[in-house]
Amino acid sequence: MSFLKDAKKILGGSSSGGGGRQAGMLIALVAIVILFQILTSGTTLSPENLINLTSRYSYILILAIGMVMVIIAGHIDLSVGSVAALTGIVVALSMRDWNFPWWAAILLGLVVGAIIGAWQGFWVAYVGIPAFIVTLAGMMLFRGMNQWIGRSTAVTVPEDYQWISDGYLPEVGPNTGYNNLTLLIGLVITLIVVIREVMNRRTNVKLGAEVAPIWVVVVRLALFGVVIMGAAMLFASGRVGTSIPASGLILGVLAVLYTFITKNTPFGRHVYAVGGNSRAASLSGVNIKRVNFFVMMNMSILAALAGMIFVARSNASGPQDGLNWELDAIASVFIGGAAVSGGIGTVAGALIGGLVMAVLSNGLVLLGVGSDQVQVIKGLVLLAAVAFDVYNKNRGRFSLIGLLTKKPANTGDDQPTGASTEAQKPQPAGNAG
Amino acid sequence: MEASTTSPRPVILDMQDITKRFPGVVALDSVNLQVHAGEVHAICGENGAGKSTLMKVLSGVYPAGSYEGQIIFNGEVANFRDIKHSEAAGIVIIHQELALIPELSITENLFLGNEIGGKFGIDWKKARQEAVELLARVGLDEDPDTQIKNIGVGKQQLVEIAKALHKSVRLLILDEPTASLNEADSAHLLDLIRGLKGRGVTSIIISHKLNEVEQIADSITILRDGRTVETMRVGGEETIDEERIIRGMVGRSLKSRFPDRTPNIGDPLFEIRDWTVEHPQIAGRLVSKGVNLTVRRGEIVGIAGLMGAGRTELAMSVFGRSYGNFISGQLYKHGEPIEAKTVQQAIDHGLAYVSEDRKSLGLNLLDTVRRSTVAAGLKRIVRRGTIDHREEFNVAERYRKALRIKTPSVEAGVDTLSGGNQQKVVLAKWMFTEPDVLILDEPTRGIDVGAKFEIYNIINEMAAAGRAVIVISSELPELLGISDRIYTLFEGAITNEFSAAEADPESLMRSMTSQRKELYAS
Repeated sequence: MSFLKDAKKILGGSSSGGGGRQAGMLIALVAIVILFQILTSGTTLSPENLINLTSRYSYILILAIGMVMVIIAGHIDLSVGSVAALTGIVVALSMRDWNFPWWAAILLGLVVGAIIGAWQGFWVAYVGIPAFIVTLAGMMLFRGMNQWIGRSTAVTVPEDYQWISDGYLPEVGPNTGYNNLTLLIGLVITLIVVIREVMNRRTNVKLGAEVAPIWVVVVRLALFGVVIMGAAMLFASGRVGTSIPASGLILGVLAVLYTFITKNTPFGRHVYAVGGNSRAASLSGVNIKRVNFFVMMNMSILAALAGMIFVARSNASGPQDGLNWELDAIASVFIGGAAVSGGIGTVAGALIGGLVMAVLSNGLVLLGVGSDQVQVIKGLVLLAAVAFDVYNKNRGRFSLIGLLTKKPANTGDDQPTGASTEAQKPQPAGNAG
Repeated sequence: MEASTTSPRPVILDMQDITKRFPGVVALDSVNLQVHAGEVHAICGENGAGKSTLMKVLSGVYPAGSYEGQIIFNGEVANFRDIKHSEAAGIVIIHQELALIPELSITENLFLGNEIGGKFGIDWKKARQEAVELLARVGLDEDPDTQIKNIGVGKQQLVEIAKALHKSVRLLILDEPTASLNEADSAHLLDLIRGLKGRGVTSIIISHKLNEVEQIADSITILRDGRTVETMRVGGEETIDEERIIRGMVGRSLKSRFPDRTPNIGDPLFEIRDWTVEHPQIAGRLVSKGVNLTVRRGEIVGIAGLMGAGRTELAMSVFGRSYGNFISGQLYKHGEPIEAKTVQQAIDHGLAYVSEDRKSLGLNLLDTVRRSTVAAGLKRIVRRGTIDHREEFNVAERYRKALRIKTPSVEAGVDTLSGGNQQKVVLAKWMFTEPDVLILDEPTRGIDVGAKFEIYNIINEMAAAGRAVIVISSELPELLGISDRIYTLFEGAITNEFSAAEADPESLMRSMTSQRKELYAS
């Protein structure tokens, strides 16, 4: 029993706040990867496919990072695809018509994202219109503006700009047959993971907190090391001149940055507080409006970034860019263990959820499954992932997933005494009549 | 009221030995209630005495089988499954929070769930006719097409009664029917209840307004701590007046349920001056009327008031204007005026408010004990923009030990803790902000006796440390047991102030149930 319990901690089941769900999804992700690796007889994990997978899905994962924060705060953003499209056309036109250099175009794109985000944040946070409505309006508004500004045509972007999607790291150092910088990045990440683990463990021991047995740590670190270094070697071993693509690097940096923000900053803590119980958060001094404003604004900035990467990848900005992205991003977040009612979710979970969707789509396409059937399967996977959760929770069985996504059970939890039913909080008397 | 004879009318409702348990609490303990046909029967008791629970048992909100004991209604054993079932038998309950849909018309509301018509939809013509008749019966002169939101609360109350009449009510239960009505509307409602009595409708009325109870009730049953204390018959040998009812409601011993304490009271620390606040939705309705209140260093001040008196409203509006629309008033700390327009400002000025509803206002139930403990004082563990997790853990551990919070570890979810331990987490959360002024709203609600004693100890320690403590409580013994001074609140205004020595339940209750001028007149 205790062996099993410890074994579960290998994938981080002991950490609070979504670890268990992530562990479950991580296992599912690995299973899917292995399955497609076998079905496609090795194509899935080939360097070319991995590079393609990264540049094809990195912008969805970037959206998922922003979306998980929106959903933790108890909102939703339907407008991300349209925001991406509008930013894309503005950026493309700025380079074609105003001769903006690529870096100025990118800055402009981020500013556009920030302005759009401030607009949506204003309506959600300060006027109090549900985000669903605000962003539904935004979905139409910004899609229309994209087609208006671009006259519904495709606008190509210069080659140097395209680097932000499919740029590769240069070849430096001795000829190892690998891209040396990619290997170096892999090594550095592995080292950081190991050092962090050791330091955390030392702190926990000092504080007298519960720590996993040493063998669990060793197995966990070995597993992570193999995966990280394996991935680095795969990315590095592609055609000469290729490496992990720039979009993958951007995604990596954002993943670290936002994990830090959500876990280690007061703002991140406040996002969870607002989503978990906004009235309690407000009475604890959290400025709910500001939190909501910045969460919505942040989402639009990330959507702008995703739009720019997509434009770089497809060499042009078009009127149909970003169509249905919001659905993929939202699905990733929920597969990654976030709660519809807010307060629960992690950046890591959303990324794993996004990867599950990405590997699934990619693998099915490699197998020659039509995009119609891919949609069907993706829909079923989303439903199954969440249904599995709900089922486990309702049955009260042990569930890695249910354990950490559970909302306070209100059912059957009646007022313990007549007191709480009689003397109520200041109810707006107008609510009934 | 005619003098009752020795053998009154037949018993229409007989609730025998009703016991209702909730996890950890016995809300009703062998309660007996006998209601005679055609009478107005009042149920009185303090908040938490079990009145509402008893009515929920009667109306099937708590279905048969979820309680012990037997209900005999109209000579038959009643096993109500739900409200629909009890309504079919002729029992209609009208809650204090009215169950009307504001956007629908009077007619639509009257027949909601009991629509008049055949297979092809509602017969609106017939419905309207019937609505006119029903409105006439309750003496409401309104166009039945008026939307509910456009008529006042008093008239809405009448619509509820009309709705009950449509359901051919035999036993009408009114829960605090006049709590939100003005005098004229209340008088009209009481007249209507008398009128219904004349037509054979039996009523049970739950009310805190004892003068009204005295006026209208034929019998009065008093509940205390989930038990039946007594049933009194108005017009019998004993004179039943407010005094008599109050004695029944509060008459319990105040033994050593409270820890000993020697107060060490200093200079005034916190003052509320001319505090006036308007209801957030209803313009012109004041929930606080020129309240003046002072708390000294090391002093525990109690605020007594019945439900709806505006206790929580006062506390929340003082705490960063978290409730209602601020109209006028000023806060002082150490004699200096302070601004606390937001919760953060209030916290920065050393105010803390422990809400009465810890589950919906005090805690994020998704959080761990560790995260909850630092929720209000997060600033204190932030180093260079980053939360210091080690410090966070230390703080949580420190309070877990100091307040003896029973939890497997500070990493456990607060939703897994018992009510008493959850309350300790809320207290820890506010103690960590190191406040000078603590406002505790119903700090021991829904908590067992042992945990209560511990919470009193914590409160005493905070006062001993030189803080100013304000305790709001519905339980008079609690206020009398821990306070140095008690203010009474009625309809948003302070009606009286007692020192611990001169306060007793009867005089408190009197000040809690009447306005100041009545008080002076008597």
